[in-house]
Amino acid sequence: MTAASQESSPPTRRKPTEVLVSGATGDGALFAGLVLLAIIAALGVATVVLSLTNSPPGAAFRSMYDGSLGSVRSIVTTLNHTAPILLVAIGASIAGRASLVNIGQEGQFVMGATMGVVAGLWFPGPRPLVIVAVLLAAAVGGGAWSGIAAVLRQVSKVNEVITTLLLNFVAFALVSFLVNRPYLLQETLPPGTNDAPSPQTDPIRLAARLPVLVSGSGFRLHSGIVIAVILAILGGLVISRTVFGFRLRLFGHNPRAATRSGVNRHLYGSGALVLSGAFAGLAGGVLLSGVAFRVNPGLSNNYGWEGLLVALVAGFSPIVAIFVATLFGALRAGGGVLAATGVNSSIVGVVQALVVLAVMLPSLYMRRRRRLRQALLIVQTNSHSSDA
Amino acid sequence: MINDLTLMLDSAMRLAAPLLFVAMGELIAEKAGTLNISVEGAMLSGAFAAVMGSSAFNSTVAGLFIGVGVGLFVGVVQAFLSHRLTVNQFVVGLTLNILALGLTSYLFASTRLQPQQFAIWRVPLLSRLPLIGEPLFVQRAPFFLIYILIPVVWFVLHRTRWGLEIQAVGENPQAADVTGIPVNRRRREAILIAGACAGLAGAFLSIGAIGGFSPNMTAGRGFIAIAAVIFGGWGIRGAVAGCLLFGFMDALRLALPALGYQIVPQLLIASPYLMAIATMLLFAKSQRQPRMLGIGFERRSV
Repeated sequence: MTAASQESSPPTRRKPTEVLVSGATGDGALFAGLVLLAIIAALGVATVVLSLTNSPPGAAFRSMYDGSLGSVRSIVTTLNHTAPILLVAIGASIAGRASLVNIGQEGQFVMGATMGVVAGLWFPGPRPLVIVAVLLAAAVGGGAWSGIAAVLRQVSKVNEVITTLLLNFVAFALVSFLVNRPYLLQETLPPGTNDAPSPQTDPIRLAARLPVLVSGSGFRLHSGIVIAVILAILGGLVISRTVFGFRLRLFGHNPRAATRSGVNRHLYGSGALVLSGAFAGLAGGVLLSGVAFRVNPGLSNNYGWEGLLVALVAGFSPIVAIFVATLFGALRAGGGVLAATGVNSSIVGVVQALVVLAVMLPSLYMRRRRRLRQALLIVQTNSHSSDA
Repeated sequence: MINDLTLMLDSAMRLAAPLLFVAMGELIAEKAGTLNISVEGAMLSGAFAAVMGSSAFNSTVAGLFIGVGVGLFVGVVQAFLSHRLTVNQFVVGLTLNILALGLTSYLFASTRLQPQQFAIWRVPLLSRLPLIGEPLFVQRAPFFLIYILIPVVWFVLHRTRWGLEIQAVGENPQAADVTGIPVNRRRREAILIAGACAGLAGAFLSIGAIGGFSPNMTAGRGFIAIAAVIFGGWGIRGAVAGCLLFGFMDALRLALPALGYQIVPQLLIASPYLMAIATMLLFAKSQRQPRMLGIGFERRSV
């Protein structure tokens, strides 16, 4: 899979497609089994942590289940949490396929939501148009924020990992600045109220809110999940079935070879980064117009990090990410209920991180195995060609 | 006026000290080629472990050691996953940060602790110096470790074989590998040091400067230290200057409203990161950055 294994592969030159596809197929069952085992192990560790702190693990897991999948209401909560996580994950998958490391999703998320608020407050027009405008503005906001890192990368080869990371904190400060200034985005209270305005924006207009699919007592499922799933499937198809996706992966595997075979390095390098930021921004827009309706500096609340982790766990496949994001959304939803039972909901972060750590190991094992087989294949083809 | 300034410098030094501890370790890790973002998690874990240790053993010194030990442990996990198992180092760092945040918050909520706090030490004579005497020589005990740590890091990096190997590994791992330097081993060692230093920083923060723990109390200070290392152009003097500057700006942010000045606090919060990005732009041409920073190394047949 690396440059070296391609360079060292002898006269029988394989088509690049084979290199890219091999390993992605097959071994699926083994991998799935290992992942399942790893997740069980992670939950086991969480159980140990829970029992060490005298919280009955059974009750904790039960209330997490009740809060995430136990009733219609909790399923809706799970799906509402899943939508932004999945959207971030699609973007992270695109960047990841191009071997770019964007760890600025948190910042891109809030910047997207902030742009979305601007559109949601002031963009005129009929309802569908306003909603589209909010989501587009959010995508542009997120894309522009990662675009800064892309420009720095292109202009003077500044490492995009560091810039995207550092820009997170700049974004938080910027949003905090905007929502603390009455003449900018801080909320305006109706005249006559004596309270000081909080550091948050006004709620967006009703016309700018995502349509609700199902609603009942205490729950409303907004259409964000539909948008996210459609985009995930589209994203998966684009990555695996189109010229764009192929070039993206080629660029990710071996930028030099990609450039030689006609892939525009600048276009694909910055393009993937901007696109991943745009998805993170869109996620912010969906959270804004589906649930939050207004922006404060803490809006991102780890959605960005979690989306990135989901993409990593899903091996940068948006379609697999649908399921992983649902798992993470369920953990989030369960954590909300967990707090009510007296167990601190921070344990959710622990479980998420443990799941990620646990899933890393099987994929690592699979990669080793694949590489061993490839080496074997090369040796075999070598001996064949020397026979002839 | 002088009093105000002394007070401000005092608070600046107190805020800069944790940054300095982290930055010294992070500098070594980055020189070796790892952008170790798990220092934030190591710092937070160190802070919590120090409180827990000091509470359990009723001793601040024990707390400090336990804080350093737990920071070291975070470093061990990071090093093992990223430089023995070749998982992407940022992925590992990110996950460890989330794990540390979740675990410390959870444990803090479900345990009851009686944290201790280090006493204030006063260096005789030197503390009487005008203006800088109090800030530099009247501080909580672990603060004075800085005066040992900085020269030691300088000496180790520039005057020992190990330090030069660290730098070689960050600049050109292939060449280093060919000359027989165990690349990933050196990188792992550097990460361990970064973890221990971050643990020390966390311990100073919790049982030194503040005297207690609160969830997410490091609040991104690990990242500010990373920014300081970058801002300093990957040199010791630069990193120290960066930490002092960022500590001073933090103190400014806290002090200015009380002194009656209007200022945009968000600009001060964002400025370390903006300055780090600007420095990277400036240094992009002069190649100050360790050339293989953030890029993993795997030995392969070329």
